[in-house]
Amino acid sequence: MLKSWDTNLLLSEKKTLFSFFLLYLVFTVSILSILGYMYYNFQKDLVLQKYRLELSSLAKEQIQRLKELHRNFDKQRVYPRDKRFNSAIYDSSFKKIFSTTAMNNIDFTKVIYMKNGKIYLIKEPESYYLGTKYLVLEVKQETNLLGKILKDMFFYGIVIFFIMVGFGYFLLKLMLKPMRDAIKLLDRFIKDTTHELNTPVNAIISNIEMIDKSKLESSLVKKIKRIDIGARTVSNLYQDLTYLTLGHKIVSNDENVNLKEVILERLEYFSLFANSKKLTLSFNLKKSTLRIDRKKISKLIDNLLSNAIKYNRVGGSLHVELNKNYFLVKDSGRGIPKDKLEVIIKRYARANDSVGGFGIGLSIVMMIAQEYNLHVKIDSKENEWTNVVVSW
Amino acid sequence: MDKCSGVLVKVFLILTLHVAMFGGVYEENCLACHKNLPVKIDKFFYRYLLKYSSEENLKNALKSYLKNPSRKKSVLQEELLDRFGVKKPTTLNSDELKEAIDKYWEIYKVFGKLK
Repeated sequence: MLKSWDTNLLLSEKKTLFSFFLLYLVFTVSILSILGYMYYNFQKDLVLQKYRLELSSLAKEQIQRLKELHRNFDKQRVYPRDKRFNSAIYDSSFKKIFSTTAMNNIDFTKVIYMKNGKIYLIKEPESYYLGTKYLVLEVKQETNLLGKILKDMFFYGIVIFFIMVGFGYFLLKLMLKPMRDAIKLLDRFIKDTTHELNTPVNAIISNIEMIDKSKLESSLVKKIKRIDIGARTVSNLYQDLTYLTLGHKIVSNDENVNLKEVILERLEYFSLFANSKKLTLSFNLKKSTLRIDRKKISKLIDNLLSNAIKYNRVGGSLHVELNKNYFLVKDSGRGIPKDKLEVIIKRYARANDSVGGFGIGLSIVMMIAQEYNLHVKIDSKENEWTNVVVSW
Repeated sequence: MDKCSGVLVKVFLILTLHVAMFGGVYEENCLACHKNLPVKIDKFFYRYLLKYSSEENLKNALKSYLKNPSRKKSVLQEELLDRFGVKKPTTLNSDELKEAIDKYWEIYKVFGKLK
């Protein structure tokens, strides 16, 4: 049994969860903002209502004074002032007749409003004394009530926000549990299965190697070859799965690897498999070395060759090319649909279900490529060919 | 040419003398009568102001009344209307009327007079 086993969420799954959490937070902040805005306006209206009664009574007094002044304008021309407020009078065309207020830009569409820490009340007298259609009263707010409201809102907003974050986290964990369990179950199943398979498969392969085929009948040799291919496929699968589960924990042993040598070795390993499908094998291998872990590059090449053979048609072709900075594997298989090109590199994802497998091959290729900064480009034409180029 | 300019100078001098002696349209056609009335002309202005507020509204209302006076349009109290009656329509043309009303506004307007 493999002792250390991680059930890590894959990057794409983490991205989805991150998006969900982000969306949840945006939604929470939006709701809080709307509620806060409504609460703020409600509180503001309350404050204004309080001021409105008081200011209306002051406005009445001022109108009375304007009335007096209007009557005696030929004798008296001093505008009535009051310590409790500043005021201004405007005619029906909003032209200022006289003002003691600090602000001249009055909003005549409102009856009462707040601006720059001051409250403005607009009152229309019953008659236009001195031409006054609008009397504007300006008072300073006693205390910064709105500032206090904003402070409270901010404080409670933060508290509610963190409660919602906690709730969201709890919700996420709850939602995630069945998914985590499913992944765990699948991983455990694969691990147990492969482990149980390893010993008998190795026994088959080593025993086939020990058979002296020259003494056997050709029909029997053929059968033994088939058994060998099957055993090697299972062994390969075992290695893939082991790599996938433990790969990131294996310490790399980098060395200058002769790629031509490795590719030839791997082609030899897969030749039986390729022959069974009657593939025409062609290769153009130039000398190239790469600093990499020999086992990992073998695994990468194995997976590409294995896929190229597995998904090829009977009697198809397989071409391998090696140059100084790249190598490519081209097959004449069923190809990968365009919309699946991106999905294919994910773990357990498969473009085609017609051939057995776990859909982990390209995922391993991508893991190794990522570790060594290798660039993998997959091109494909459905039902015609697939071309995988690994460059560095 | 000399004769022509001589006539122009004479006309100008007569006009200047006329204005100096009798004043403008407002003084001649409005003030001349109103100064003899018990209700002075400024009181009418403040009644108009009380009702019409802005310069434009006041001038339009005054113009409309002077051209076609009626009890309904008048700003005077009922009892004064009963006593003095409604005036006759103005004989001034539009330009003269405008000049007179503008002058009236300039003299009694509130703008710039409050301290």
